[in-house]
Amino acid sequence: MKKIFIVMAGTLAAMMAAASAVAAINVFACEPEWAALATEIGGDRINAYSATTALQDPHRIEARPSLIARVRNADLVVCTGSELEIGWLPILLTQSGNAKVQGGRPGNFEAAQYVSRLEIPKVLDRAMGDIHPGGNPHIQTDPRNIAKVAEALIARLAQIDAPGAESYRSRGKAFLERWQAAIARWEQQAAPLRGLPVVVHHKAWTYLEAWLGLREVATLEPQPGVPPSPSHLAELVEGMRREPAKFIVYSAYNDPKAAGFLSQRTGVPAVLLPFTVGGTESARDLFSLFDDTLSRLLSAAQGKGSK
Amino acid sequence: MFRSSNRAPAIAALTASLFFSMAQDACAASDDDLKELREQVRQLKDLYEKKINELEARLKQAEQTAGQAKSSATAAQTTAEQAAVQASSRTAGEGAFNPGISAILNGVYGNLSQNPSNYRINGFAPTMGEVAPPNRGLGLGESEIAFSANIDRHFRGTLIAALSPEDTVSVEEAHIQTLGLSNGFTLKAGRFFSGVGYHNEIHAHAWDFTDAPLANKVFLGNQLAEDGFQVKWIAPTDLYANIGLEFGRGRKFPGGPDGGRMKNGFGSTNLFAHLGGDWGTGAAWRVGLSHLRTRVHDRAFNDVDSTGTGVTNSIGAASRLWVIDGVLKWAPNGNASNTSFKLQGEYFRRTEDGQLTYDTAAASLGTQSGSYLSKQSGWYLQGVYQFQPEWRVGYRYDRLDSGTTGLGLVANGPLTAADFPILASYKPIRNTMMLDWSASEFSRVRLQFARDRARAGIADNQFFLQYIISMGAHGGHKF
Repeated sequence: MKKIFIVMAGTLAAMMAAASAVAAINVFACEPEWAALATEIGGDRINAYSATTALQDPHRIEARPSLIARVRNADLVVCTGSELEIGWLPILLTQSGNAKVQGGRPGNFEAAQYVSRLEIPKVLDRAMGDIHPGGNPHIQTDPRNIAKVAEALIARLAQIDAPGAESYRSRGKAFLERWQAAIARWEQQAAPLRGLPVVVHHKAWTYLEAWLGLREVATLEPQPGVPPSPSHLAELVEGMRREPAKFIVYSAYNDPKAAGFLSQRTGVPAVLLPFTVGGTESARDLFSLFDDTLSRLLSAAQGKGSK
Repeated sequence: MFRSSNRAPAIAALTASLFFSMAQDACAASDDDLKELREQVRQLKDLYEKKINELEARLKQAEQTAGQAKSSATAAQTTAEQAAVQASSRTAGEGAFNPGISAILNGVYGNLSQNPSNYRINGFAPTMGEVAPPNRGLGLGESEIAFSANIDRHFRGTLIAALSPEDTVSVEEAHIQTLGLSNGFTLKAGRFFSGVGYHNEIHAHAWDFTDAPLANKVFLGNQLAEDGFQVKWIAPTDLYANIGLEFGRGRKFPGGPDGGRMKNGFGSTNLFAHLGGDWGTGAAWRVGLSHLRTRVHDRAFNDVDSTGTGVTNSIGAASRLWVIDGVLKWAPNGNASNTSFKLQGEYFRRTEDGQLTYDTAAASLGTQSGSYLSKQSGWYLQGVYQFQPEWRVGYRYDRLDSGTTGLGLVANGPLTAADFPILASYKPIRNTMMLDWSASEFSRVRLQFARDRARAGIADNQFFLQYIISMGAHGGHKF
């Protein structure tokens, strides 16, 4: 009995020692893009964990035990907000027993608060599908939004980890300089895309369209969040005969069947876009995310086709 | 622009015709006349040019005004939109802090080969809970109204009222929960679904089948809601590990009944622990162990004794329940949009040790008491597979074992086992299949078929068609 007690006490002491040795700031990001952004700003000072991968639909995530455990140990929760994570994040927060990251505390960061949101519905009715009262939440598809979020995140990290404030500011400044240069480059590259008509799977590309001047003519989902139905796809085939689109865009977590079907019927190329970090093999960080997005769009626009 | 383009050719034509008619006479006219004529034409031309310029200027002004009106209209629209955005994110006045409100509606059509009003689970003393299946024919299920909101920076409150089809209202849950505690602690107080096992904490509208597993019916009286408090602690590890303790009033089955206990302190304790984590990116799991201890005061139930007389018996005992639960959820790459699978199972084991009083109303062979000892167990295993968006199929297997109930009155007393037919050893079995369709996360229509052998020697074929919808505030679902 005594032995067991000693072993238990020893284990507990070891765990506590281990916990204090790892002094890095734990950042729980709801989506991979925010984990990537936090890493750009925080470097080795932070330990970023993404709750979801690019292959998962961020609207539909299970509030699984591993996520509760991660939130419990988090110093900062970085999520998109605008009700994107409403089905799972509130449960993680209430179950976590972690006061630091509750809504309204410095440890709770909502990216969508720092950008001007599009498609804020004037009428709220669930008969209209999965609409978000706070506006379209897929803000990361416009790199200018990422810059705005980065500025806010630099300030927030500096607030919750004061000793690292200088490091966050200098790393953040360097990142933003590189980022602005990259935006200028992307905008130049994307000039041929301006005004092109596009069909999208989900209304996940609103901000990208606004940035590049793409024109969304239809969605594969009959309503936001409602899977594409055969009758709706038939209507789209008909509609695209009258008004052809340049490409059909879908993301890694979408079922590619609907986009493939429409592409086959209309001859319009279906383009898989990474949507977030990890969505394609090339999209390894925020920079390559947009490099890859643009190269896929441009090659499709030039009629080279795409996977 | 169209005004000037209409006028200009007309004026030009007029000028031209005038000029030509004059030119015809010009040959005959003198130089002076010609000079005068030229002067007149020049004056005319000046006049028209002046008029045209005036008209053009007026037109330009009109266009500018129109453009300004348009841009101010756009500006007004933008302002209105921004105002609408502000309004949508912030309601003014007294309603601004209204809690999140949601309602659950539920209706069932039942077709059962046995009458649900004489439903019993043989081998187990009836639980006084709502364990019977839904009624025959068209019926309304239980409706729910839920309110929840953060109270201040320390607490969150939840109230869920259940409206029964018999027009009664009951408090299903009413609790406060801490937000402000740290280091992995949460505290809950009020009435809440006990954290014993896995299924008990889940609200009926989120169940994967129309009714509860048989084990939950016999060991927890369908669903155990305690009045009391719960402390839970989550370990600071990446592996999910928690431990929790509940102190309850013991107001309901398996304890109680309420009113039988007039003591300070508490009437039930539940200790539980869970472990959970991920397997790769596709699967997540959780296992748990719970131990519920409570005191049974007067568990009264009706039976028919050996003389064929209906009698009321009563049990008073110490009740100890152990539950092992496990749940596994899988989806390809963890993306449940298209397909997913959920496997869930629980094993229950209960020991009750105390007294049984026969015929409390002295209606037959007279009131007598003797020892009571039961060791009962049961389990279920269920799998639900989402085979395409919106559609799921499920199968559940239920099995209970009543063991042999030790009755002092039978072993060394005047009565026989035939005086307690409902407590005779039996192993109920049930097979259940379901198919459901959810157009969104807020609605579900379910078809369920079960072959229920809860009554000794009788199979009950149960067919249900059910809808469950939720409206209002978006509540998330626990794992």
